Amino acid sequence: MTGAATIQLAADHAHVPAPITALFADYAHAIDGGRIEDWPDFFTDPCLYKITTRENVERRLPAAILLCDSRGMLLDRVASVRRANIFEPHRYRHFVSAIRVTETGPGYIRLQSNYLIVRTMANGTMAVFSTGEYLDKVVPVGDSPRFAERVVVCDHSVINNLIALPI
Amino acid sequence: MTASEPQPTVAWPKEGITRIPYGLYFEPAIHEAEMQRIFRGPVWNFLGLDVEVPNPGDYRLAEIGDTSVILVRNGTGALRAFVNRCAHKGTQLLYEPFGSVKELMCIYHNWLYNLDGALQSVPFAKGLNGKGGMPGTFCHADHGLTALRVETINGLVFGTFSDRVEPLRDYFSPVFIHNTERVANRPFRVLGYYSQWLDSNWKLYWENTSDPYHATILHGWATKLKLNRFTMEGAIEMSANGWHHFSWSKMATDQGGEIYDGREFRTGTANYSGFGLNDPSVIEQWDDYGDGITTAIQTAFPNFVLQQIHNTVATRTIVPRGPLASELKWTILGYADDDERKTAIRIKQGNLIGPSGYISMEDGMVGALVQRGIAGDKDKAAVIEMDGRSIETIRGSRASECGVRGFYTGYRALMGL
Ligand SMILES: [Fe+2]
Repeated sequence: MTGAATIQLAADHAHVPAPITALFADYAHAIDGGRIEDWPDFFTDPCLYKITTRENVERRLPAAILLCDSRGMLLDRVASVRRANIFEPHRYRHFVSAIRVTETGPGYIRLQSNYLIVRTMANGTMAVFSTGEYLDKVVPVGDSPRFAERVVVCDHSVINNLIALPI
Repeated sequence: MTASEPQPTVAWPKEGITRIPYGLYFEPAIHEAEMQRIFRGPVWNFLGLDVEVPNPGDYRLAEIGDTSVILVRNGTGALRAFVNRCAHKGTQLLYEPFGSVKELMCIYHNWLYNLDGALQSVPFAKGLNGKGGMPGTFCHADHGLTALRVETINGLVFGTFSDRVEPLRDYFSPVFIHNTERVANRPFRVLGYYSQWLDSNWKLYWENTSDPYHATILHGWATKLKLNRFTMEGAIEMSANGWHHFSWSKMATDQGGEIYDGREFRTGTANYSGFGLNDPSVIEQWDDYGDGITTAIQTAFPNFVLQQIHNTVATRTIVPRGPLASELKWTILGYADDDERKTAIRIKQGNLIGPSGYISMEDGMVGALVQRGIAGDKDKAAVIEMDGRSIETIRGSRASECGVRGFYTGYRALMGL
């Protein structure tokens, strides 16, 4: 099945095609599994990856906590996490649910989904770190779907210390 | 000082402001004393921006230490600030962070205040059918909201509980006013908000911000990319009393930066070898103020930071959350006259600051490391001797802790320690 056919399927059936649920799962497992080097490959180039808050979205305020609009910027985030920025080691566990198609257009699908991230620190303590929603625009690239846009809207505006790993 | 006030339980070491006793960062009695003597003492606390409350009735909530404060524009357009508390039972009057109101009505028993804080009405004050009600001696004028003094500098709004602190412009030094007027040189546009929960005493964040010594060392990303180095032209400037600090640098003037490739710096380790950006658009910038200053960090005792890093502009307010934690509240700014391109550049440069900031990510973490490192040793002390033992600056040096010594000069004066 080609990516273009995938898009067609969604348009016809209005439920989430298997390649897209696979994209969501692979994205979560790449980050949760500590393979953030794979993270840029989930996006088109150019792209939009943005972390913001519910408060900012509702008040139409454009600032971001983190924003990348090119593959180069995604690679730079990975490089900084690995080589430059300092933070206490931790892991995320993503719980993604209620994925639904909100719009289909020529060559793209928009989706909305919920996420919950539990963060576990190196000392073994664990806590809910973030919850909110993904607002995605997915397009086919060759045989596989990718994120042209992944906007992370945190329900909370208070961040526990820092966000180093992508959400 | 009265007998009813909490008494600090930490003794200051004989070395003076070159030592900071660890107990200051976790003793509950210190925290209680700070709430009274610092935040409600003879200081000006940052409340917000006038553009956040543009019209009569617009309000925002702010915090001064533990205390919730309403900043509101009254019917004649003047800024007012009140403790967010009904004079009856102490109920919070407002609980949404921003909004617009015609008057302030407590939900509990509907005591009603005007936007100047005066009590207008009390339901059943005269009872019902001639029975009951408030005593005849109850006087509405005695039960208004607790008001703060409010003053502004170029749209930055400050409030104080003190009726003896000098006017705002006299409280800040000329250096502080100069940079405030430089950054707030035209009306702001709020681009967004976020905050960081920090597992450290509020003073540890304060010290971090007034300590340029750490900046080019801890934040290797910016050092390696030659955004901020002590080998650039720059300075620390202090208010005469030491309470407020301002540090700045010009990235185009770097000379002798090879020192940061040395083995005693993290930027000289293998991790940083060949480190660069695939997409340098994140640091695309322009000279906004015509003076070449690319980093300008200003702290105003006790809760306010005004930041310009390249074209990012932000206010940061530090709010204690008990002795062991704090919250750092960011307001991300541009200017009302920015075009779309300038706004986009400011937002993209936002990657440098905040909880995911390439430059600021480590600042919350180091506070938590100190907080954990000092646990259990309230009478041992930090050593603050870089660039001497006074609040004097050394011209041309930013590897200095004079800003920290300055802060504790004010702190000790107010705390009586
Ligand atoms: Fe820092």
